[in-house]
Amino acid sequence: MNHETQSECKLTTTSAEPERTRGGRTYVPAVDILEQGDELLLRADVPGARADDIDIQYERGTLTIAARVAPRGDPHRTWVLREYGVGDFVRTFQVGEGIDAQKISAEVRDGVLTLHLPKAESARTRKITVRGG
Amino acid sequence: MFALQRFPFTPALELRREMDRLLNTFLPEMFEPAGGAYPALNVWEDGERLVAEAEVPGLALSDLEILVRGNELTIQGARKGANGEDAVYHRRERGTGEFVRHLTLPTEIDADKVEATLKDGVLTIVLPKSEQARARRITVKSN
Repeated sequence: MNHETQSECKLTTTSAEPERTRGGRTYVPAVDILEQGDELLLRADVPGARADDIDIQYERGTLTIAARVAPRGDPHRTWVLREYGVGDFVRTFQVGEGIDAQKISAEVRDGVLTLHLPKAESARTRKITVRGG
Repeated sequence: MFALQRFPFTPALELRREMDRLLNTFLPEMFEPAGGAYPALNVWEDGERLVAEAEVPGLALSDLEILVRGNELTIQGARKGANGEDAVYHRRERGTGEFVRHLTLPTEIDADKVEATLKDGVLTIVLPKSEQARARRITVKSN
């Protein structure tokens, strides 16, 4: 296994503030990043967002996920308990060179966004058959 | 496992809640954090009913159980990990496991008329106010 290549095959969170495209409070979605087979999986909690509400951008090694969430309910309602806010979810990531960025795909289901980030051919672990002489 | 008792109705807390309510008028984005309890809840009054809302992304109807008795609301369930055994985590922020939340509501609820819906990871429970107080199990329906 080539450790140098393997270490590039990763996705890291970044604290860089993404550009806001509209007003309102934004929230950082909780994510899992995991390696499974020949791909990395990014799962992000984006409750209230549907496929049409989600924008994913990849530019020069930076991946940005943005999910628009419309306000729910009357803004002047009488609160009994208020433990969380509702707004857009935005988070950015640095994508290692071991990821084939052209083949990133995504789906959303039950408020969970899943991104598939396939490893580049060069970053995949291969089993090498040793032939006898 | 979380078990959180909310709203002990002491006069001091009543006053504090009233202050919070007034402050919320001016500072609409002020929250009382759930203190790690899952799921976080928003509850509001809507005329003759209360509405409770929780963000439960990834949960299916079968993962949730909602119980109402008198003025007590209980939401319990389990969030399963969606990944294979061969998965290697680089980062893990999304919790898994069993959860229970108890909430004491400011009024008695008509348990027979409670309706819950789950859409895009948002659970909404409509709780009509009532004088009655009897235990019932509520079926979560999808829309």
